[in-house]
Order: sequence, then structure tokens, then C-alpha cells
Amino acid sequence: MSVLAIDNLSVAYGGITALDGVSLAVGAGQIVTVIGPNGAGKSTLLNAAMGILPAGGTIRFGDTNLAGMKVAARVQAGMSLVPEKRELFATMSVEDNLRLGFYRHRGAGRRAMLAALEEVFALFPRLRERRRQDAGTLSGGERQMLAMGRALMARPRLLMLDEPSLGLAPLIVRDIFHTITALRKTGVAILLIEQNARAALQVADHAYVLETGRVTFAGDSAALAADPRIVEMYLGKNPG
Amino acid sequence: MDSTILLILLQDGAVNGAIYALLALSLVLVFAVTRVIYVAQGEFVAYGALTYAALDGGQLPGSVWLLCGLGVAAFIAGLWQGRGQTDAGLLLRLGLETVLLPGAVALLAIWLAPLKPGMLVEVALTLAIVTPMSPLLYRIAFQPLADAPVLVLLIAAVALHLALTGLGLVFFGPEGFRAPAFSEAILTVGPLTIPGQALWIGGLTLALMVALFGFFGRTLTGKALRATAVNRLGARLVGIPTERAGLIAFALAGFIGALSGVLIVPLTTVYYDSGFMIGLRGFTAAIIGGLGSYPGAVLAAVLVGVAESFSSFWASAFKEVIVFTAIIPVLLWRSLRHGSTEEEE
Ligand SMILES: Nc1ncnc2c1ncn2[C@@H]1O[C@H](COP(=O)(O)OP(=O)(O)OP(=O)(O)O)[C@@H](O)[C@H]1O
Ligand SMILES: [Mg+2]
Repeated sequence: MSVLAIDNLSVAYGGITALDGVSLAVGAGQIVTVIGPNGAGKSTLLNAAMGILPAGGTIRFGDTNLAGMKVAARVQAGMSLVPEKRELFATMSVEDNLRLGFYRHRGAGRRAMLAALEEVFALFPRLRERRRQDAGTLSGGERQMLAMGRALMARPRLLMLDEPSLGLAPLIVRDIFHTITALRKTGVAILLIEQNARAALQVADHAYVLETGRVTFAGDSAALAADPRIVEMYLGKNPG
Repeated sequence: MDSTILLILLQDGAVNGAIYALLALSLVLVFAVTRVIYVAQGEFVAYGALTYAALDGGQLPGSVWLLCGLGVAAFIAGLWQGRGQTDAGLLLRLGLETVLLPGAVALLAIWLAPLKPGMLVEVALTLAIVTPMSPLLYRIAFQPLADAPVLVLLIAAVALHLALTGLGLVFFGPEGFRAPAFSEAILTVGPLTIPGQALWIGGLTLALMVALFGFFGRTLTGKALRATAVNRLGARLVGIPTERAGLIAFALAGFIGALSGVLIVPLTTVYYDSGFMIGLRGFTAAIIGGLGSYPGAVLAAVLVGVAESFSSFWASAFKEVIVFTAIIPVLLWRSLRHGSTEEEE
């Protein structure tokens, strides 16, 4: 059964359609990527799935219909979003940011929280070094690590990442993709949005292409990576 | 003017400043968490003062009925906002917080008021009656507007202030009240004689600030509140229910307002509409402090208190004018320094 099943999703910003009948599914433990040009509606898709934007159509998480559920309730159910703008608590310390990520399990006790914290620190050792520093003073790469770490503190069943490599140096992009591959072993399902189509298709099982609010291609990522049109539009000629 | 007068004026100013500091702190807090400029906070000072004065006189304060009325209104508003929702837990919580809690407080007040149970119980009862009104008002007036622009929220807050002043007249009547001091003791330090009430005010203010500091720095709820203030979307994304954060911020503001009222009613006669001017001084301090900085607000509040006591000594007819115009140079300086007031989201 799918962890996330989006069916016929439509979103409009004041009369202007941004998503038009998008359907998409993420299976348990799968990595699914959505690629597409700027303004295609990729971020809109994730924001609607998280409940930040009102949307038409149905979204199911496991066997719950998410209609009418608030963002906090979706987090409680096991969804986590790392949004495009990260939305960190800039004037709070790295550690406080991470601890707040554990809010979903606030009843679980201090020991469980520290264990989750250790796991995140193991994944991103850099964050341990910076734990006392304010989130607002982090570098772009560290910020991205913190955003992912904060989302992982909730131990979600579905992690949605909006362009995790945005604005990062190639070396750090590689690290981030390594982390995504490593996360696969933990069993979390991942819905990944990326400009870096080559890397995204490499780590993903399944891929969708979104163009001006519609899904234009869908399939196995290996098949998509071999499709001449996709190669021309998103992968370029020279291998990166 | 000799040094004794100087000291007395400073002392007076510091005592008033302490109250303004509390009010300014809660204004900053409410604004940070909900973006509401809580103009109506002053009414809580008056309500607290008048409720305490009534209890002190062995009478049932009219605010009890107001509390029940607000509870019922909030219950209906909650049902309306949650229509279509079938979550039994949420409904239960709504009923508990809007009907059961105010009802229980009212019964307690009806039972205790004629017994004249003594200062401590009366203070506690006052806080129990007045504090919950603030989150109830949040449910009625601000929760439905949670995504509205700051200006709309401000208009709602002003309307609420006017409504609460009117309700104050209905439930407390036009007469002013005063209550005896918490303690008649007088402390003499050199040329200064410090009345017991001033010590109470100073001590409680400090204790409350330390408690707030611990709450925001150490507890998860406090951190969740700060997180909501720093980044509302971020807070929602980690699962913090931001409406709850708003409720808590309003409850804190109501508590601080009511406590301030209890603390000042032995110092000055309070009428149903006295709250506004007191709240306005806290507001002035919060603005001077930049509406975003807690230490800034506290410092500014003490300055406002001192400015007030000095201007009432030199030119008491212009007291208000002097205190409130103090805001202009500060705003001017701020806008010159920053060039823009829209730096913060
Ligand atoms: N708040 C908004 N109000 C109006 N239009 C919006 C809003 N947010 C997004 N849009 C529009 O909706 C469309 C889809 O935007 P979206 O941010 O989802 O694109 P995207 O695929 O994430 O693009 P990018 O790759 O640049 O991040 C764009 O045309 C954008 O201009
Ligand atoms: Mg985007």
C-alpha cells in the first residue's frame, strides 16, 4: 500500500491554476522524485500535501484521508516537510531547533529525545559541532542539514524534501544525496523535489515530471533517465 | 529639589515602571506569537483591580458573570469554527475550557466571596476569574482572524478594547474602588521609606520575570511559543499547534494584566476605564523597546515610570503629554537609524 497517494490534486492561487489534476503515489520505503522546470508547481505540490495550501482532490496518507486535517495533525500522523525556504528558528540554537523537531513525540520522554538527537548528529556530525550556535548564523549547507535534521527528529514515515541541493556547492550536494541514500535504509519513504535531475533520478525508484501544473511523464527512474526527451530537457548532453 | 525628593521620585517611578514592564513584556509576547497589538490588555488591569476590590469588600464581583458569558460565547464560536469537525477530543477540550472551567470558577467565587477568605485567597480568586477571559477573547475574536494582516488584527483589538470598557461599566459600575495594601509594613533605608506595597510590587515583578525567563528558556512549551514567534510556518511544520500557542500567549497576558491590577489597586483608585491609560504606558514602553525586544521593553518601562513621576512633580498637568510624547524622539531615532521600519517580517 502507498504511504502517500495523491489523486487529482488541484491548486489555484487567486484564480491562477498552479496544479491541475496531479496524481502521484509514494510506496512504503520508496524514494520518489518530482522534477520539472521553475514554476512548474513542484513546491506547490508539497505545500498542498502538507496542508499549508488549500487544495482540491484527495490526498491519502496510509489509510487516512487528509481532508480538513491541519498541518500539526499531519505532522502528528507522520509526515515531515523540509520546505524550499527551510523555515528554521533563526534566533534559536541548533539544538533547540532539533529538539523542537521532536515535538511530535513530546510525551516520549527525555531519553527518547536524546536518542533521536544522537541519530541526527550521527547523520550530520557538523550539527553537533554547531549545537550551541544560533540557526540564523549557519552556512547554507549547514542550514540544509539542520532543516533535514529537524524534520528527521520527528521520525516521520514520509519525508518530503523541497530542493535539498538548492544553492549548495557540488561537494555538499554529493553529501546530501549520500544522506538521502542512507535514509533509505531506515525505511522512511521520501518524496524528493530536485532541480538536479541527474542526481535525483539516480537515487529515486520512481519519478514524475511536472510541467506547468501537470504530470507529463511518470515511470521508473531508470526508464525516465533513458527517455530521449527527458535527457534533452533535464539531463543535458554532458554528464555532470 | 533635594536628593531626598529625587530619591522618592525615582522610587515612585521604579514602582510604576515595574508594572509597566510587566505589561510591556506581555504585549511584546502576544505580538510576537500572534501579531496582535493587544490594546485591550489595559482592561485586564482594571478588571483585576476591581475584581480584587469587590472580593476584598466581601462582594461577588460582576466579572464572574462576564467570565461565564465569554465562556458561552467562545463555546459557540468554537463550535462554529469547527463545524464539520468530528474530533470528539477537540470538542471535549473546547467544552472543558470554555464552559466547565469558567463555570467552576464562578461557583467557587459565589461560595467564597461572602466568606472574606483573606488576601491570598482573594488574589488567587481574582486571577482565576480574570485570567481565563483573555484566552476566551482570543478564541472569539482573534483565532478566526489568525491569517489576517496586522492592521485587521489591530482594528479588532481596538474594537475589543472599546467593548471591554463598556462591559466594565456594566459589570462594575461607574464608581472607583481602592483596596488596602497587602502589607502595612514600612522599610526605612537611609532617607528612603519604602512602603510594603512597593516591596510587593518589586518582588513579584522580579519573581515573575525570572519565572518567564525560565519558562521560555527551559520548558518545551516555552520554546514552542518562542518558535512560533520566530517562525510561524516553521512551528507548524514541526507540529506545534499555533492556535494553542496563541491561547497560551493570551492567557499569560491576561494573567499579567490581572496581577498588575491587583498590585496597583492599593496605590490608586481604579475605575472601570482606568485600565486604558495604564495599558497605554506599557504599550509606550513596548514600542520604545522596539516591540520585539524583551530587555528593551523592560528598560523602557522603567524609564517611562521615572519620566512619569518626575513630570508629575514638575508639571503634573502635562504628565500624560510628557510621557506619551517621549515616544516621538525614540521613533524618530529608530527610523533614522534603520532607514526603514519594515526590516522584520
Ligand atoms: N503565493 C503565491 N501566489 C501566487 N502565485 C504563486 C504563489 N506561489 C507560487 N505561485 C505560482 O505558482 C506557480 C508554481 O509555483 P511553485 O513555487 O510551486 O513552482 P516550483 O515548481 O516549485 O518552481 P521552482 O523550481 O522555481 O521552485 C508559479 O507560476 C508561481 O509563480
Ligand atoms: Mg519550488
